[in-house]
Amino acid sequence: MVTELGPAIRTRPTLAVWKFASCDGCQLTLLDCEDELLGLTERVRIDHFVEMTPAEGADRERARLEGRGPYDLSLVEGSISTAEDAERIQHVRHISRYLVTIGACATAGGIQALRNFVDVNDFLAAVYAQPEYIATLETSTPISAHVPVDFELRGCPIDRRQLLEVINAYLAGRKPQISNHSVCFECKRRGTTCITVAHGTPCLGPVTHAGCGAICPAYGRGCYGCFGPSSKPNLRAMIAQLRHDGMSERDIQRVFRTFNAASPDYAPVPDLAAEEQQSPPA
Amino acid sequence: MNDRGTRVLRLDALARVEGEAALHLRVAGDSVAETRLRIYEPPRFFEAFLIGRGHTEPPDITARICGICPVAYQMSACQAIENACGVTVDGPLAELRRLLYCGEWIESHTLHIYLLHAPDFLGRADVVELARDQRAVVERGLRIKQTGNAILEQLGGRPIHPVNVRVGGFYRTPGREELRPLEERLRQAREDALETVRWVATFDFPDVVCDHDLFALRDPGRYAIDSGTPAVMAAQGQGPALREFNLAEFEQHIREGQVPHSTARTSALDGRRYLTGPLARYAINGRWLHPVATEAAREAGLGDPLTGAVCQNPFRSIVVRAVEVVQAIEEALRIISRYERPPRPAVEVPPRQAAGTGATEAPRGLLYHRYALTEDGTLTEARIIPPTAQNQTAIEEDVRKAVQARLETAGPPADDEELTHVCERAIRNHDPCISCAAHFLDVTVERT
Repeated sequence: MVTELGPAIRTRPTLAVWKFASCDGCQLTLLDCEDELLGLTERVRIDHFVEMTPAEGADRERARLEGRGPYDLSLVEGSISTAEDAERIQHVRHISRYLVTIGACATAGGIQALRNFVDVNDFLAAVYAQPEYIATLETSTPISAHVPVDFELRGCPIDRRQLLEVINAYLAGRKPQISNHSVCFECKRRGTTCITVAHGTPCLGPVTHAGCGAICPAYGRGCYGCFGPSSKPNLRAMIAQLRHDGMSERDIQRVFRTFNAASPDYAPVPDLAAEEQQSPPA
Repeated sequence: MNDRGTRVLRLDALARVEGEAALHLRVAGDSVAETRLRIYEPPRFFEAFLIGRGHTEPPDITARICGICPVAYQMSACQAIENACGVTVDGPLAELRRLLYCGEWIESHTLHIYLLHAPDFLGRADVVELARDQRAVVERGLRIKQTGNAILEQLGGRPIHPVNVRVGGFYRTPGREELRPLEERLRQAREDALETVRWVATFDFPDVVCDHDLFALRDPGRYAIDSGTPAVMAAQGQGPALREFNLAEFEQHIREGQVPHSTARTSALDGRRYLTGPLARYAINGRWLHPVATEAAREAGLGDPLTGAVCQNPFRSIVVRAVEVVQAIEEALRIISRYERPPRPAVEVPPRQAAGTGATEAPRGLLYHRYALTEDGTLTEARIIPPTAQNQTAIEEDVRKAVQARLETAGPPADDEELTHVCERAIRNHDPCISCAAHFLDVTVERT
């Protein structure tokens, strides 16, 4: 996923923010860096960020949609769900030195990837009286399915501190220090008592990518997996534990089929959950 | 400019709005023949994939419709399901929900005022340019915004897509002492917010009056945020001054349609164009503002809210929004000062076969949800009507008026660059939340 990094960027680097199918929450995370925002804009030239700043000049319209580039760092939010967007991402890659995806939509197809499991025409008919007005692809796919990606930042939404780490790392020409371990590590670090062990609360922490700071268990709620799979998740053991903690096969299917539904690592869940259903809970 | 042929202005991506949309403008001679707001945000099908989910899931799932107002989605969703299940959440739990919602109002309104809207009035391209010579002003805005986020983080776990909200209440409620640090920040934010009202009141406002019907929740005794009855204030001379209807009848009054140029649905209220959001709330609820917010509104030239003042100038929505930030801060302080931790973080919401409706005031306006459930809580129907989809026709009309006014102005004719700016300003007045409308904006001017 991470490509070889070039030498440190020496001139004032340029940043672009791009949006595809999404809720805007991850790019908003950049604006939520209240303490760092003005400092950041002094170190980085934000050249393309439609939500915050207009493009100027004669080719204003073109620049807004396509950017002028090249950009040192492109942050890409959202998934690819229309034919136009499938073309646009090729252009974005072409004009970006580093391309980093931000959030579950850009990294795993997002919640809108739930269409990947059904006939999209059924969804169209359910939402629109005149579905013929709507152009959409049958699937919602991550950016990496279309172009090479230099780094994928997880989360629905991403974490502010991690975003700053990624931007700083690329500015310094180094790899971001974002570990692949699970939410359980963060719970330990935070000093939160394991809610599964103490209360039998079903929790996806053991198979979920760290990064949020283990918020849910600290609020007495099981992790619901919004950062997607940690590296090499042991789904078989996880599903057995979720069954033990009272979740039905259907509940298990649903909890994995939410914000990171199309993650390849989650593909075995339906079969494993059905298998587990056959054997009585431990 | 002088040719009488077709002139098309294309604005393919509006800057400084949330989400993506385009505008198509057709000008025939010196009059605007057509304005079409085209929201091209890709459809994401929330209502479709909610079907078959459990009744506890909509708050987390619908939060993902919008990163700027997730709490609004969580609150309307919770209400609709609780309504279906015959459960009322009141007392300190309801107060905590309102506190969380105040955090979102403070954060979202301040983002809009400082980062999206103010640069229009000050002739700056964006907030970065604004910060170059008015750094202290921008820092003040960021400080208020951070206070809103601090409430969201404390109560919700994080500012975007909070995790601590559930049907029936919360997963965990804070102790009194945990809310105390917020009080000090809020007191500072109140001073900053009052400064903000004074600051935006000095802006230069075009003299424009909109004649849309105004639509907001009405909650006698307090400024509506998280509850109330749908109320309509008709445009002058267009029917009774104020009328209400039951939320259960919402879809009999608000009819949604679809137009070929947009992925957003459009709505009409009893067949008429209408506006929801700050101007509507201020007109319908102004008399219940806190005294400090009332005084700020008066000083800012919005008239006297106690006597039912109405602001019909969409450009002054930035002033109303600033007053609403003061209101949300006062309300947050009030809630914290009286807070006692409730005995349980949530009430039970056992499912039953029924349908329920919920509506709350998102920062951009009234947000309606309806769900139908089976006995075991499985959703069989989901209906979500967000504020921007409701405002789409009113926004188109405001754009038409703004361009028409410019075309009628004496002096040098407007070029495309200027018309684009006129259109964008008219649109930013409404703080459109385009991802919420589930859908984007492109400006095209066509002259015939």
